[in-house]
Amino acid sequence: MLRLIAHRLVVSVALVFVVSLAAFLLQSAAPGDLARAILGRNFSVQAHEQLRHQLGLDRPVLVQYGQWLRDALHGDLGTSPISGLSVADEIAGRLPVTLSLIGCATLVTAVVGVALGVVGAVHGGRIGRVVDVLSLIGYALPSFWFALTMVTLFAVTVQLLPATGYVALGASPAGWARSLVLPVATLALPGIAVFAKQTRDAMLEALSRDYVTALRAHGVPETSVVLRHALRNAAIPVVTLVGLTFIGLLSGTVFVESVFAMPGLGGLAVQATTQHDIRMIQGVVVVFTVIVVVVNLAVDLAYGGLNPKARVR
Amino acid sequence: MTAGIGEFVAHGVRPGRRWLAAFRRPLAWAPLGYLALLVTGSVLAPVLAPYRPAATDLDHVLAGPGPAHPLGTDALGRDVLTRLMYGGQISLLHAAIVVGTVIGVGVTSGVVAGYLGGWFDRAFTWVVDVLLAIPVLMTLLVVLAVVGEHQTVVMIALGVLVSPGLARVVRGAALAVRKELYVAAARVCGLPHRRIVAAHVLPRIAGPVIVQVSLLAGGALLIDAGLSYLGFGAQPPDPTWGDMIAQAASVIDRQPWLLVPPGVVLGLAILAFGLLGDVVRDATAGHAEAPGAAVTPTLTPRDEPTTALLSLRDIEITLSGGRVVVADLGLDIGHGETVALVGESGCGKSITGRALLDLLPAGGAVTAGSFRFDGADLAPAGARALRGSRIALISQDPVGALDPVFTVGCQLGELVRLRHGGSRAELRSRTLDLLRDVNLTDAVARRYPHELSGGMAQRVAIAMALAGEPSLLVADEPTTALDAAVQAEVLGLLGRLRAERGMAILLITHDWSVVSSFCERAYVMYAGHIVESGPAEELLAHPRHPYTDGLLGAMPSRARPGTRLTAIPGSVPDPAHWPPGCHFAPRCTLATAECAAAPVPVFEPATGHRTRCLHHAKLLPGGERASA
Repeated sequence: MLRLIAHRLVVSVALVFVVSLAAFLLQSAAPGDLARAILGRNFSVQAHEQLRHQLGLDRPVLVQYGQWLRDALHGDLGTSPISGLSVADEIAGRLPVTLSLIGCATLVTAVVGVALGVVGAVHGGRIGRVVDVLSLIGYALPSFWFALTMVTLFAVTVQLLPATGYVALGASPAGWARSLVLPVATLALPGIAVFAKQTRDAMLEALSRDYVTALRAHGVPETSVVLRHALRNAAIPVVTLVGLTFIGLLSGTVFVESVFAMPGLGGLAVQATTQHDIRMIQGVVVVFTVIVVVVNLAVDLAYGGLNPKARVR
Repeated sequence: MTAGIGEFVAHGVRPGRRWLAAFRRPLAWAPLGYLALLVTGSVLAPVLAPYRPAATDLDHVLAGPGPAHPLGTDALGRDVLTRLMYGGQISLLHAAIVVGTVIGVGVTSGVVAGYLGGWFDRAFTWVVDVLLAIPVLMTLLVVLAVVGEHQTVVMIALGVLVSPGLARVVRGAALAVRKELYVAAARVCGLPHRRIVAAHVLPRIAGPVIVQVSLLAGGALLIDAGLSYLGFGAQPPDPTWGDMIAQAASVIDRQPWLLVPPGVVLGLAILAFGLLGDVVRDATAGHAEAPGAAVTPTLTPRDEPTTALLSLRDIEITLSGGRVVVADLGLDIGHGETVALVGESGCGKSITGRALLDLLPAGGAVTAGSFRFDGADLAPAGARALRGSRIALISQDPVGALDPVFTVGCQLGELVRLRHGGSRAELRSRTLDLLRDVNLTDAVARRYPHELSGGMAQRVAIAMALAGEPSLLVADEPTTALDAAVQAEVLGLLGRLRAERGMAILLITHDWSVVSSFCERAYVMYAGHIVESGPAEELLAHPRHPYTDGLLGAMPSRARPGTRLTAIPGSVPDPAHWPPGCHFAPRCTLATAECAAAPVPVFEPATGHRTRCLHHAKLLPGGERASA
C-alpha cells in the first residue's frame, strides 16, 4: 500500500511536470507568439521585439519554464498578458464553482448509481434492463445537448429553475442549490449508468461467494447480508470509479459551465482558449492536474481503508 | 443444410477471428447501416442535398419540418437537412483522423511493448500511467489555444491523448498471445518478429481493438461536436453539428425543434459506434448460460410420529433447468447423534446438506418429500427460520466462508448480537468465550480472514456456527482442505463440542477413516440415492451394497499387504444419464438384467441396516463374493 502510494506520488509529480512543460513547449512551437497575439494585426517589428523582451519571450524556453516553475511553487502562476489579472487569483475565485459542481455531481452519480446497482443485483430483470437503457442514453447523449434540452424543459417551458448563472453558497444556500440542479443533473446522467452497471456486477460477484452462503447459513438477515457484507465487498471496485468519475467530470464542466454560464474553471479555460491566453490556460491545466492527483491519492487511501488485504500491517 | 454449414463455420472459427462472428448477428447491421447512411449522405452531400449549405431563405426562417424543408430551417432560413449532410463531412473526417491516429500510436506501441517486453515495456507502462491521468479536454484546449486554426493538428493531438487507453488494452492482449505455446514455438523456430506479429498477434487482438476503436470513434464525434459547439470548430458559414446545436441554443425559446435534428443525428452516431463495440465484445466474450425456470415444490406432510431430531422422507431435490439431483432420500438424525453422509464427489451429498438450510443455488428447490425437525413439519422455506439458531453449517473452504473485509471479532460479534443482544461488554466477552471454546486466543478477534491459516479459519467458522447454539451442525467436508495434523485437531474439537453441548452432527465426507473414528451411523450416497445406511461399525465390517464394498476396497488403510487395492471402474453418472433401475448397476460387478429393469426397493437385512441392492445377500461372509 505504501509502495503503491509512493509510486502514485512519483507519477503525479512527473505528471504535473510533464503537463506544464508540454504547455510551455507548445507555446514556443506555436506559429504566432504571445506578443503577436497581444499586439493584434498591425505592429512594428521593433514594438514586437520590445514586447517579447518585456514578456521574457526572447530567453530560451527552458529558462522561461524554470522561472515559471519557481514562481508556481510559491503559488504564483503568472499574470495573464491579455487581461492583466493574476492567474492564481482568477483561478482561486472560480475554483469553488467548479468544485461545487463536480462534488455534487459525483455524489449524485455515486449514490443513485450504487442504489440502482444494488437493486438490480438483488431483484435482477427489469431494473437491469432499465440500467442498460440508461447507460446507452448516458453514453450517446452529448452533455451540452442534454443540458440545452433540460434548459428548454425546466427553465424555458416550465420556468421552474434558473436557466443560467451561479449563486455562491455563502450568499444564499437555497439559491446555490437551485442554481446547481440542472448542471449537476446534466453532469451526473452519463455516470449513473456506469456506476449502476459496475455496482451490479460487483454485487452479483460478492453475492455468489461462499461467505454469503455461510452468513445465510448462520441466520444473518438478508438485509445485513446484502447491505453490510456484500455491498462492503462490492464497494472495493466501485470506489475506484468514484475517482474516475470525478476526473471525467472535470472535462464535462468545460461544456456544462458554458451552457449554464457558470463562472467556473471550465468556462475560464474556454475563454482563455478563445483569447489565446496561454498563461491562463496553462494555469488552469496545472490546477486541474493537481486536482486529479489529489483525487487519485484520496481514492487510493479509501481503497486501502476498504480492502484489508491492501493494507500494510 | 444451411444450419449445418453455419454450425461448421462457427466451430471452425479460430479464436482470434471470433469478432467476425459479430457481423453475422442482425444487431450488428443496424449500427453499421446507420453509419453507412451517414457516410453516404455526407460524402454525396453536393449531389444529394436539396439546397446549398449557405443558401438563406429569409422568408422562411425558423420553419418547422415541412414539405419544402423536411427538417425545417434555421434562424437564417437555411435548410437543416442540407446543413446536417454537409456538417457530417467534417465530423466524420475528424473522427476518422482521431481513429487513425489512435490506431497508429496505440496499436503500434501496445504491440511492441506487449510482444517484446523488457525495458521498453517498463518505460511504456510508466508513460501510459502518466498520460492516463492527464485531463484530456483541458490539454486539448491548450493545443487549441496554440494552433486553433489547424483542425487536423487538433484532431491528431486528440488521437495521441486518448491512445494510452487503447495501447494498454493492446499490450495486455499481445502479452497474453506472447505466452501462448504456438507463438513461443514460432519464436524458437526463428520466425522473424514481424511475421509472428502479423500472423499470430494481430489477428488475436483484432477483437479488443475493434471494441476500443469503436468506442473511441463515438467519443471523438462527441468531443469534436463539443469543440464546435464552443466555437473552436470549423468557422461559419461552414456547417458543423456542434455549431448547429450552438445556433439552436441561441433561439431555444423561439424554435426548440432546431435542437432535435443535430442532437438526434449525433446521438445516434455515437450510439451506433457504442452498439458496434458491444456486439463485437459479446461475440468475442462468449455467452453465460441463462438460468433455467424455477421449479415448484410439492411437499407432503406426514402423520407418522418420530423422536428423531431431523427426519427426511422421500426427499427429491431439483436444480434449475429441472435436473433432479437427489431422489427418494430418507435420513434420520437423533438428538446428539453423529451421522456421516458418505460418497464420491457429485453424488448429491453437499446439495442435501445445503437443502437442510434452504441454501440451494438459485432455481433449485426441494420438490418432493417431507422434512421434519424436532417434531415439526417444515415447508422448505421453513428451514430458513432454523438457520444459525437450530441448524448450523460449516463448509469445506474455511477461509472463503469468512467475509474478507471484516475482522473475526466483528463477524462473530454480529452473530452474537443477532442471537443474544446485550451490551457492548457482554457481546465482547461472549465473542471471546466462543473463540476460547474453539481453542483460539483473544488476539485472533482482531485479525482479518486472509491473516488466518486454514485450521484457524475453520475453528473461527465453527465458533460462528456455535454462536446460535444449534442442535444440529451440518459439517460439509470440514477437514478436506486441511492437512492431516490439523484435520485431527478440528475433528477432536468437533468431538469435544458435541460431547459438551449435546449437539448432533451431520458429517458430509468421502473419508472412511473419519467415519470410522467419529460417527455412530452412516448413510452412503450414490448418484442421488441413499444406497446403504446403518451403524458405522457394521457398515465398515459388513457392507451390504456393492458400492460401499467398492469404496471400502479402495481404502489403503484397510488393504491387506500383498493384495491389490480395488477401484470401482467408471465414474458417477451425470443426473441426466441416471439408469432407470439401480443407479450403480452400470459399474457393478454383481449387476444382472433385473437390476437395470426397475427401481430397486430398500431392504433391511439386519435391524437398522438398510441397503438398496437386490443382491445384498451375495455380500455376506460365505456369499458369492465375500468382502475382505
